[in-house]
Order: sequence, then C-alpha cells, then structure tokens
Amino acid sequence: MSIIGKNIPHDSAPGHVSGESVYIDDIAPSRNELLVDYFGSPFAHGRIKSLDLSDALKVPGVAALYTYKDLHHNVFGPITQDEILLVEDVAEFIGQPIVVIAAESRAAIKAAKAAIKLDMEELKPVLTVAGAIAAGQYLDKTYKIERGNVAAAFASADHIIEGRFVIAGADHFYLESQACLVYPGEYNQLTIHSSTQNPSEVQHVVAHLLGLQLNEVVCLIKRMGGGFGGKECQATHPAVMAALVALKTKRPARIVYTKDDDMKYTGKRHPYQNDYKVAFDSEGVITALEASLYADGGAYNDLSTAVLGRSLTHIDNAYYLPNLLAVGKICKTNFPPNTAFRGFGGPQGAITIENIMEEIAVYLGQDAYEVRRKNCYGVSDRNVTHYGQLLVNNTLPQIFDELSQSCNYAERVTAVKKFNAESKTHLKGLSFTGLKFGISFTNKFLNQANALVNIYLDGTIQVSTGATEMGQGVNTNIKMLVADEFAIAPEHVIVMTTSTEKNNNTSATAASSATDLNGSAAVNACLKIKERLNVVASNYFAGREIGIGAYSDSIVYEGGFVFDERRPHVKLTFPELVNLAYRERVSLGERGHYITPSIGFDWSVGQGSPFLYFTNGASCSEVLIDRFTGELKVERVDILMDIGKSINPGLNRGQITGAFIQGMGWLTTEDLRYAASGALLSYSPTTYKIPNIYDTPPVFNVDTIDNDCTVNVKGSKAVGEPPLLLAFSVFFAVKNALSYVSGKEIATLVTPASGEEILSRLTEYKLKAAGLPFTPWPAEAGSVLQRAMSRAKGYSLIQDSVSAATLAEGDTIKIPVTVNGNGAGNGEEPLNGTNGSALKASEDEQELATEAAI
Amino acid sequence: MTVNGETKSVSIDPRTSLLDALREYMGLTGSKKGCDHGQCGACTVLVDGRRINSCLTFAVMYQGQKVTTIEGLANGDQLHAVQQAFVKHDGFQCGYCTPGQICSAVAMLAEAKAGCASAVTADLAAANVTLTDEEIRERMSGNLCRCGAYPGIVEAIRSLAEA
Repeated sequence: MSIIGKNIPHDSAPGHVSGESVYIDDIAPSRNELLVDYFGSPFAHGRIKSLDLSDALKVPGVAALYTYKDLHHNVFGPITQDEILLVEDVAEFIGQPIVVIAAESRAAIKAAKAAIKLDMEELKPVLTVAGAIAAGQYLDKTYKIERGNVAAAFASADHIIEGRFVIAGADHFYLESQACLVYPGEYNQLTIHSSTQNPSEVQHVVAHLLGLQLNEVVCLIKRMGGGFGGKECQATHPAVMAALVALKTKRPARIVYTKDDDMKYTGKRHPYQNDYKVAFDSEGVITALEASLYADGGAYNDLSTAVLGRSLTHIDNAYYLPNLLAVGKICKTNFPPNTAFRGFGGPQGAITIENIMEEIAVYLGQDAYEVRRKNCYGVSDRNVTHYGQLLVNNTLPQIFDELSQSCNYAERVTAVKKFNAESKTHLKGLSFTGLKFGISFTNKFLNQANALVNIYLDGTIQVSTGATEMGQGVNTNIKMLVADEFAIAPEHVIVMTTSTEKNNNTSATAASSATDLNGSAAVNACLKIKERLNVVASNYFAGREIGIGAYSDSIVYEGGFVFDERRPHVKLTFPELVNLAYRERVSLGERGHYITPSIGFDWSVGQGSPFLYFTNGASCSEVLIDRFTGELKVERVDILMDIGKSINPGLNRGQITGAFIQGMGWLTTEDLRYAASGALLSYSPTTYKIPNIYDTPPVFNVDTIDNDCTVNVKGSKAVGEPPLLLAFSVFFAVKNALSYVSGKEIATLVTPASGEEILSRLTEYKLKAAGLPFTPWPAEAGSVLQRAMSRAKGYSLIQDSVSAATLAEGDTIKIPVTVNGNGAGNGEEPLNGTNGSALKASEDEQELATEAAI
Repeated sequence: MTVNGETKSVSIDPRTSLLDALREYMGLTGSKKGCDHGQCGACTVLVDGRRINSCLTFAVMYQGQKVTTIEGLANGDQLHAVQQAFVKHDGFQCGYCTPGQICSAVAMLAEAKAGCASAVTADLAAANVTLTDEEIRERMSGNLCRCGAYPGIVEAIRSLAEA
C-alpha cells in the first residue's frame, strides 16, 4: 500500500521532457535588467601595478564597473576565511576576478573588457604539487589518522611495496554553467535566484561581502542543470558579483558564465599525489600502510580541508588496515580553488588502496580479487576502521562473494588470459573493486536539517526543505516520504522551490545525504501534524461509534482515508479530516527538525565515528584495449550494491549508473591539460571528453542486495556519491591488461587512463621488452604541462631478480620511488619542456641499476 | 520563419544564432545553451525535420523554413511518443540536456526509418536499418548528458524502435 519502494517518475519529468522546466537563465528578463560579467587576471600569479577603468566606463551601454573597493568585505571561505573575491593586489589564479562589469548588452561587456587598462607584473606561479611541497606552501595544517604500531609492522614485514599514485582532477561539466539572477528589493533587500547546491551559503557570503544582514538576503533555487559538487561553494562567486550590481544600481542583474569561462576559472576535483608504503604477508594480507596524501588545493582553501579529511577516512575503502599512518596535506597552487566533486576526496583516498591491492596481486602472482577478498573488512572481527568506527551490519563480504559468483569472475579471468595469449591486436583486462563510503557530513554540525510542511484545506500539501534538486531526485524522495506519512497520492504533494525564506541555516545538498537529512526533517514535521490530526480524528470516531473511546494511537492513514483501526469501516477522507481539524482551530502547518544521531569525530586524535552508516558495493569491469592505438572500450560492467531499501528504486538505479559513468570519465577520458602558464587548454567539450552515450558499457548489470538497514529514514541508504567509486574497476582493468605486457615491472598508470596514456605505456613496455630505451612523449615530458605527471617506477627488481622466497625473515625490498617529468624528487619547479623526463628517466634508470647491483 | 507551427517575425542582428533567436527573441527557452560550440547537443532543434545544433547556425539562414523545438513536439496535452518514452524509462536526471536529447531522438528515429546508415551500420546498402543498442548509441552520441542517464535514453529509444 505504501508508496515507498515504488518507481514513480522524477517529479520534474513532465517539465523536463516538454522543455517547461525553468533553469536560471530561462527566467524572462525583466525591465531594466543588467548583464553582469567580470574581467579577471591574465596571470596565474601576478601583482597589479595599475588599473585604469576610465575608458571602459565610457563604453556605450556600460552601466557600472566595480572593484574590491566597492565591497564591504572581500575575504571569505567556508572553512578557513582565506579567499579574496576581487583581486586587491596579488592575483592567485588565472581568471581571478578583478573588475565586475555591468552593462546593457553582451557587446558592451565585450567592449568594456577590451577597454580596461591593466598593468600587471607576472610573478612565478606554483603549478604542481611537487612545486608546492618544495616551497613548503600549504593551505591549512597537516591532518593525520594513526592506528597500531606501523614501525613494528614494517620491521617484521614479509614484503613491502612503495609507490606513488598520481590522480588527476576533473571538471564538473554540469551542462548548466554557474548562473545567478538578483532582484533588488526595498531598502537593501535582495532576492537571489542562484544555481546553487547551497542557498544558505550564497545568502551568507552575499550578506557578508556586501555588508548586509542575513535576513535582508533571500536565496532561491528551483533546480540546477547539474551540480556534482561544483555548485556547493563556487556558486557564491557569481552570486556576489550580481548582487553587488543589483544593490548598487537598484536594477535586476543577471550573470551566466559561458561554458569556456566556467571550465577555465572555476575549481575542479582535487588532483592528488599519494605516496604509499605497504607491508603485507605472503598471502597478500596487508599488515601496515603508510600513506602521505598531497591534495592540490588550488589558490584558496575552499572545501579542501573537508575533502582531505574524507580522503583520510576513506584510505581503507573496503579493506582492514591493522596498522596505519595516513598523513594529509593541502598544497597551495596557482589554480582556481579546487572544490567539492561527487565523492569529495573519498575517491582519491580509496583508489590508492585499490591500486595497492592490484600491485600486491601482481607482486605475489596472485589473483587480485583473492587479495582483495582476504583484506576485506570482516563481519565479526577485523571490522573496526582505522579511525575507530565499528562497521555495524557489514555487508561487504556478502557483496564480494555474491558478485564474484554472479559475474563469473573466475571463468572470465581464464578467458582474459587466453585472449591475451592469442590476440596480437588487442589486450583485455578484468578487475573487481570494492566500495565502502561513509554517509554523513564529517563536520558534525552540518548534519541537521529543517523542513516546512503546510497542509491546505483540499488536503494537498506543500513541503519546503533546504535540499536542492539537481536531477538526483531528492524532491521526488521527499514528496514520497510525505505522501506516505498521510497515505495520500504523491500528486497531492508538491516540493517547493528551495528558499532561505522558508528554511533557514540549511546545509549544502552534499555528502549524498540530502534525502537522509531533509527527508527525515520532513517526516518529523508530518509526525507532529499527525499527532494533532489524530486527536481530531479519534474524537470524531469516538463520537460516531458509541463504545470506543477517543484513542489517538489507533488512528490509521491508508489509501487516502483515515480511520480508527478498531472500526475500520468508518472512514474520513484526508481532506475531510483536514477540514475538520481546521474548524477545530488545529494548526495545519509544521516545521520539522532532524539531527543525525550518534556521530562525532575528533581530528586532534584522528578518531571517532563520523558516519551514521556506510553504503557498500563492488563492481567488476572488463575492458578491451587496441594494442596499436591504445583505444579503450569498456565491454562489460557488473555492479552489486547495498543501498538498503530504496525509497524509489528507479531513481537510485539512475544514480548508480550515472555516477559510475561519471567516475569512468574521470578515470579514462577526461584530461585536464594546462599550458606552462597555468592556463587550462582543454576547456570545452571539443578537447575535454566526458563520456558520451557510446561510451556506456554495452553490458551493464546493476543489482542490489536485500538489507534491512534500520538506522536511516525508511531503511534507505544514500546513493548519490558512492557508485562513482565503482568506476575504479575500469581503471584497474586497464592496469590489469597492462600487467600482461609489462614484463618484470608492475605496470604503472596515472589517471586518466586515456588512449594516449595507455598507448604510451604499451609503447614503454614493448620497447623495454626489446631491450630498447623508452623516451616519454613530449606531452608527458611537460611541454604541455599535466597537473601531475609523476609515475611510480621501479618494480623490475621483484619477482625474477629477487624471489620473495629467497628473502630472509625481516628482509624488505627497497623499491626506489622516483619521479619523472616534474622533478618532484628534487623539488624543482618545471615551467617548460626543457626539464623533460627523458633526462630524469635516465637518472632513474641509473638509480635502478644501482639498487639492482646492491 | 515558422516555429512550432506559428509564423514568427523578429528583427535581429544577422549574427544572432538560431538558439539565441529562439531563447531571447521568441521566449522559447526549452532549447538549452550548454557549451555554445555545437559540441554538447543541448541546443538541438529540428529544421524541416532534420536535427541541427541551433547554437552553431545563424537564425537568418532559416527564413521561410519550419523550425520545431521541444515546445512544439507535444500535441496539446498529449506528449510526443519520444517524450513519453523518456518519462517512462528515466531518460534524464537534471533535465538540462533533455530537450536536445529528445529532439535528436525524434530526428534520429526518422533517419533510421528512412534507411540512413550510421558509422556502425554493417550493410550500407541495406534498405532498412535495425536499431540495435549499438546503432542507437552511435546515432545519439552527439548529445552529451553529464548525469549519465544514457542507459535510460537507450531504453527509451529502443522501446520506440521496437514498436
């Protein structure tokens, strides 16, 4: 009877397919409206010597130009207040706004930009993690999680591998770019329509920078054309610029970034450079891990602290690490501040341990799934995370076992081996990776929500929460939860435009927790109303049926009717009850508040239980690689997840496949390439390739296990971010394929495993097999600067030259970890291609040779 | 220009793109501006039944021709079959690429019906095209969806190809 668990269409479905759904720039222009844009820094690092706006102000159609001097405050930031909105003296990234332009037309904006006279001194930028490390340039402090006795575990280790895993960033590429429309109201009041995941943050930052009270600013958001984390904090920048114009000119102001500008000047997923050293026994069971995580934070902190925190809490992914030391730092570089992106640092932590699993397997000559299964968290033991949280109701072993069976893992490994032995044109790879993703904001205070539920006299309901809709279906979930409480048709419930006017001090729609938090708050509001309605109903039924007392606990809502369970044949329709209550002067509106129970974390000791529960899963991917071109095809994907009991299984399925595809893009085709100046070169879909429909795996099996998880609303589990991590299996299937050709080395691979990267590795191993030297290609050597291009090297000593069996107890194999390209090893800061990796590589080889001689 | 069956007359700079003409001068905001480079497909509309990227072409080039946008596909309250299929099969998430996807799908189905081959069609001389999943995916590859609602889009179009 309940609507929960049914597949009803997304609540915006009719509007989406008819073109009726309104996004910010679809709102019709109003009389007197101004267009807003900005003029930004041409340098990644530079000091303003002079700025002359006199000519630009004379351009016909230009209404106003503003600089930092026109702001009340210029410094802000969600965690640490370190960000400068409008450059005062020193610009920290290309495109950092200097002048806000308000004009009647786009042509006038363009002319104004050309007429601004800026004299700027270029300063040396830091454009790599290695450069930031060398300069000791970090944002925020060092974070650490520690468990057990790492030193002792390494001292007694059977085997040790050291390496460096390099992870690239990614552009959010929400189809709807950052956009904002501001209407000035009476006095200093502003009404802001922002494409934001966090209207309260827009309200706060606008008020703070413009010197307004919070209650003077209202921020609304009906829906976004995609967010993925990119509109959690960075929607504030355009909002402040448009709000400044609206406040000063008293005219409506609209700003919409072009896709090019959005890609060039907004923050991305954090690139990481993760150094690791892992100890394990001959069975492949990990005994200790030491990891140093370096996140590229960009110029300002933004959310980097929290992103890094999630990397550290997700360094274990699905695996038990008895002894661990994980240290994280945020490197300050001269790029736009990197920000939230689906997974929020979790992927960059978790992929590191998956990389280690793959390498242990190759090192020991074992199957990678078997290694993973042995290290998988247990149900009754080996079930406490490195930060001390007990895994309650751990479903990982079940998921591993079921999926490896249902996807015929073992048989397919044999088939892949056979294929690779026979095919001269193609290579196949297969990989099975796990997933454990903690659900809740790691900042405890964010784990709260409020909801407003209003019932009208015809029995229809409006719900307002702080959740923002970006396609994920949170509004549909909330609508279903509210309809279920009163047992009415979901069509009778509308989830309203998110507005700070109705819901105050809300958290971002982030951390996959929007339904958990806001849905629970909405249910709490409904429960309070029901308490009152039940009294009205029980009095009514007692009056009609002599013999039963008014007992509100026996009131039942079912199929649009309300009745006393002791006399179910006497019913009221829901609208009848509502009218009855109204005439009894009973309030038909309520606010609900929800806080996530029993969570907490203390960074001073790196311990706690920050998550209410975990969303688990596993996936297995099979890839086909063209040996001549490096072209990658994902042929088959199998996914099994524990997402509890779905409120709407269809929406969840869309989240799983969509997140997987997005993760696959990050790890395979999406290549952020930068010029030596720090300018992004791949700033449009012409050069930045997100997955298209043809990249969708032709065989894509998605299933979920039954799990009566009881801690979250209606036994559901969050699903927005976790499945993105399942795409690891695609990346490691590539690494697995390369292991068939890498000879004595453990194949290394940086993200993204693009056609170019794969071909480069194929070439490298082919040449090495023939005893020829490999010279990295110019692009790798740095003439086009990749954000991170170091690569773990130097496993050629293992297996053949030093057999594991010949090691005496306590011996360790020292694997030299060196870096090519960016000279991270000696802290040099490369700015052009002359510091190429060919040179470095030869040094590396010498080092290797030395080690081998030892 | 005839847009969605109505004759529209606007005075615009000759350099105005068809997309801007539709959105800013005719109030038809269903067609979306994604990349504005003809790469993402969010702006796809139909001109005399053929799909084009409206951001990459001048409005003046279509004087006297019939333009159909997402707003013109439904027959009153009765959604077009492709629109219904997208609802039924969850062929979207955020909805921003959806108008372009649907316009593209409408023309694509017509192209297949007319026997037009694609890059993955095995027999170029065949009179009929069978819309396999691979054909559907190839033919829809000009419309990006960042939410990755592709499985639903394929299902939606397959349901119509089978019908």
